[in-house]
Amino acid sequence: MSLWEYANPVKFIRTTDKVLPWVWVLCAATLGTGLIWGFFFTPDDFRMGSTVKIIYIHVPSALMAINAWLMMLVASLIWIVRRHHVSALAARAAAPVGAVMTLIALVTGAFWGQPMWGTWWEWDPRLTSFLILFLFYLGYIALWEAIENDDTAADLTSILCLVGSVFAILSRYAVHFWNQGLHQGATFSLDKEENISDVFWYPAVLSMVGFGRLFVALGFFRTQTEIRARLTRALLAREGQM
Amino acid sequence: MTLSARDLTVTRGGMAILEGVSFDLSEGEALVLRGPNGIGKTTLLRSVAGLQPVEAGEVTGAEDQVAYAGHSDGVKAMLSVTENLTFWASVFGVANIAPALAAFDLVDLKSRLAGTLSAGQKRRLGLARLMVTNRPIWVLDEPTVSLDAASVALFDEAVRRHLGSGGSALMATHIDLGLSEARVLDLGPYKASPSARQMDEAFL
Amino acid sequence: MRALLYRDLILAIRAGGGFGLGLAFFLIVTVLVPFGVGPQSTLLREIAPGILWIGALLACLLSLDRILALDWEDGSLDLLATAPLPLEAVVAIKALAHWITTALPLVLVAPVLGVLLNLPATGYLWVVISLAVGTPALSVIGTFGAALTAGLKRGGLLMSLLVLPLYVPTLIFGAEVARRGADGLTVQSPLMLLAGISFGVMALLPFASAAVLRINLR
Repeated sequence: MSLWEYANPVKFIRTTDKVLPWVWVLCAATLGTGLIWGFFFTPDDFRMGSTVKIIYIHVPSALMAINAWLMMLVASLIWIVRRHHVSALAARAAAPVGAVMTLIALVTGAFWGQPMWGTWWEWDPRLTSFLILFLFYLGYIALWEAIENDDTAADLTSILCLVGSVFAILSRYAVHFWNQGLHQGATFSLDKEENISDVFWYPAVLSMVGFGRLFVALGFFRTQTEIRARLTRALLAREGQM
Repeated sequence: MTLSARDLTVTRGGMAILEGVSFDLSEGEALVLRGPNGIGKTTLLRSVAGLQPVEAGEVTGAEDQVAYAGHSDGVKAMLSVTENLTFWASVFGVANIAPALAAFDLVDLKSRLAGTLSAGQKRRLGLARLMVTNRPIWVLDEPTVSLDAASVALFDEAVRRHLGSGGSALMATHIDLGLSEARVLDLGPYKASPSARQMDEAFL
Repeated sequence: MRALLYRDLILAIRAGGGFGLGLAFFLIVTVLVPFGVGPQSTLLREIAPGILWIGALLACLLSLDRILALDWEDGSLDLLATAPLPLEAVVAIKALAHWITTALPLVLVAPVLGVLLNLPATGYLWVVISLAVGTPALSVIGTFGAALTAGLKRGGLLMSLLVLPLYVPTLIFGAEVARRGADGLTVQSPLMLLAGISFGVMALLPFASAAVLRINLR
């Protein structure tokens, strides 16, 4: 049994219909546990107070923001090479989810940073990179919306995703250069990984897994919707022709 | 150079509009496509010209052999008639535009800015371009739109000369050009019909 | 290929306002900045390299949709696609024509505008060099954006949304070269990176642009 079987839209919908409720349940379980544990049952950090707890949302959403783009990249490549419509529609479905994740990462990042920096925003390399990523998401989504012909839209957006990915990586290095430039070491580092001890680690992992499942669930759900929408458009068009 | 189309299926907006189209076009021949509006003449011509991929079937003998003239003239308003033609002549590697100017009665207009020409004159300029492409197969979409009777006669003459020197012409036109050599292909029978099975697999 | 370049250059010049428009916009942006941030020469001096870069970038952006839209509308793009010229060459030449008619004038005028912004004396050379090295990337990336939105009616705004994030690396390094130059520091690393981006983009992006154009012409 090959993964390519799920390139068939009907089969994809049927299978995901069966799987989706379980994913939602698992997602609720892990995410719920992770967040509640993290927010209410861990001690406050002696330096950063209770706001550090926002990392339970900030880190997973940031991870998902990047993962969503990577998934879109892979899906775009699959469309270009094998022309499976499900793949193109999955990329289209994932984009808004990724965009929202990026936004959550930005907002929670700002909330986290505010007590430390005294301002709601700092042009820290990481936050800036995420801001640029957000713009890439917006452009990608806008292009899908602007083009009428579904196949043309799929082709153009997949090329945009490819080119955009190269520039996104380029931007990341450029932004680091831009904000470190002549300065040695990071001025405002959000290297949360180093600050986390075991107590924080488990709920963090749970949250990350939970967000991951959230992305999968939303991804399946929205891809189904895209497939159905596309089918409807195709049927209407054929009806018009008959 | 024989142009050969086998079992073509062409699509527009993702849907098949013509199926199973086959024809041959040899040197010196002209083929006229007929059919009601919207049946897919433009799409078929564009596919033969290489602007659009075909959904199914094969076109052979068209590689680098086609000069395409579509609905739009491709004429640049801010260039003169001569500049327009010289540009295309350089792109296609042709040295002399004088025959093209003469054939379409553009000699008097040759220094005029194309933007000041009438619609019919612009059309003649667009068609004159075919003569500087040095390509044997002319693919023409409604070439005589906005041409008066005298200009249509010029066009006829140009096509006849082209066929006479071994070229061929594939065109879609409602007007009877009086080209007795031209065969007619009615596209009506090739209209694609969505079958019930196709409905289920819509967009696949 | 040369024929296409000459044709595009002539068209741009005859198009009434062609490259004058970009220059005028550059001037306007430069003039507006002091009104926005205040006239203190110390402040303006600091931000001059960046403002010049942003002004040039925006002026480039303005004229981008004309690169392909005009040829699209009158059917010339269809004809170019069936010509013996590879489409990759066509987009490369269009980018070159844009650079010559829009970006190059901006590069040459930048020092004059630098006077308005109290650009330090050491900065003039580096502003010009950074713009000269970086603007080719802007033209090539812009052509890619123009190709993506080629068939669309109101493509201009969408094109800006697509192109501006792609401009960020070039802007960062270009402005960095200009700033460091103005401060009298070494500019080697950002200049190398800027040149790297420009060359990389010139070599690779035309293929993507041509692919996109082919899709849009279908």
